[in-house]
Amino acid sequence: MKVLTVERKILKKNEDIAAENRQRFRQANLKVLNLLSSPGAGKTTLLERTLERLAPPYRVAVVEGDVQTDNDARRIARHKVPVVQVITRGGCHLEASLVQEAVTNFELDQLDLLFIENVGNLVCPANYDLGEDLKVVIISTTEGDDKPLKYPPMFRVAHVCVINKIDLLPYVDFDVQKARDYAHGINPDLRFFELSARTGQGLEHWVQWLESLIPKPPA
Amino acid sequence: MHEMSVAQSIVQIVEEVLQEQNAHKVLKVVVKIGELVAVVPESLQFCYRAITEGTTLGESELVIQTVPVRALCQGCGREFSPQRPFFICPFCESSRVRLLQGQELQVSELEVEE
Repeated sequence: MKVLTVERKILKKNEDIAAENRQRFRQANLKVLNLLSSPGAGKTTLLERTLERLAPPYRVAVVEGDVQTDNDARRIARHKVPVVQVITRGGCHLEASLVQEAVTNFELDQLDLLFIENVGNLVCPANYDLGEDLKVVIISTTEGDDKPLKYPPMFRVAHVCVINKIDLLPYVDFDVQKARDYAHGINPDLRFFELSARTGQGLEHWVQWLESLIPKPPA
Repeated sequence: MHEMSVAQSIVQIVEEVLQEQNAHKVLKVVVKIGELVAVVPESLQFCYRAITEGTTLGESELVIQTVPVRALCQGCGREFSPQRPFFICPFCESSRVRLLQGQELQVSELEVEE
C-alpha cells in the first residue's frame, strides 16, 4: 500500500475554463455580470427593465440559464437583444464550460455588457466561477429577510446585493435594514441596491451604476 | 444537488492520478471539504458510491475531511474561528477579515495498492 499526496482542486477544470472565459471577455473589453437568486426573486424582470434602459444605447447580450424551458429567453428576446438559452436539464447551476459554449453565439467584440442569468438557486452556483467580472445576488421582499444568514457562501462571494420588490414592503414582514445588516456581517464589501423592477422605483441607481462599469462610450 | 458533479470531478482526478502513477487499484480517496463550501458529505458519499459501483474505484473508500473556517483579522492581526454566519473579529469587532481556510474543495490524498 502506498499513500500519494495529491492536493488537487476538485473544481480545477471549471476554474481553468472560467479563467479562459475571463480572458476572452477582457480582450473584448466587455463587462460580464452573473445574476444569482432563488427562484422567483425577479432576475428576469430586473433584466427586462434594465434592457429597456440600457439597450440601446449599449450593446448588451444575455445568457439565460434554466433547468427547463426557454420561457425566459423568449421574454428577453422581445427586447431585441442577442440571447442564448442554456437548459441544464436538472443541473442546479451553470458551469464555465456551458457559458463558454453559449457565448460562441455572440460577437463578443461587438458587445459592451453581458448578463448571465444563473439557475434560480442560492446554494450551488456560489461554487462555480463562470469568468464573470461581478456576481450580483438578488433577494426580494417576499422572501425572508434572513436569506443572507441561510445562504452565507453566496453572500460571501457576491459583489453586489439587489433587494427587489420594495414596492411590496407595506404588505410583507421583510425588514430591509435587517437584511442589509445580515448580509453586511457576512460580506462587508457588498454594494446594495434597493429597487422595484416592477414599478421602476430605485432602478435609476442600478442603471447608473451599470453604466459606470461599461468601459466604452455608447455606440 | 451539485454533489453529483463534484463526485464526477473527484473520480476524474483519481483516474488521472492512477494513470500518472501507473497504479491500478485505489483503496482510499481522501478529500477536503471546507465548511463554507456548500457540499453535503452524506450526499457526496451517496453520489460517489453510485457512480463508482462496478468500476475500478468500486471498492475504494471515500474519506471526507471537513475543514473548519479560520480567519485572520485585518484590523488587529489575530487569527480566529468566526462565529458563523458572521465574519466579525471577536477581539476588535472589525469586519475586515481574510479567510485562511474553510473554502477547500480538493482531493488531498490517495491510498493505492502497490
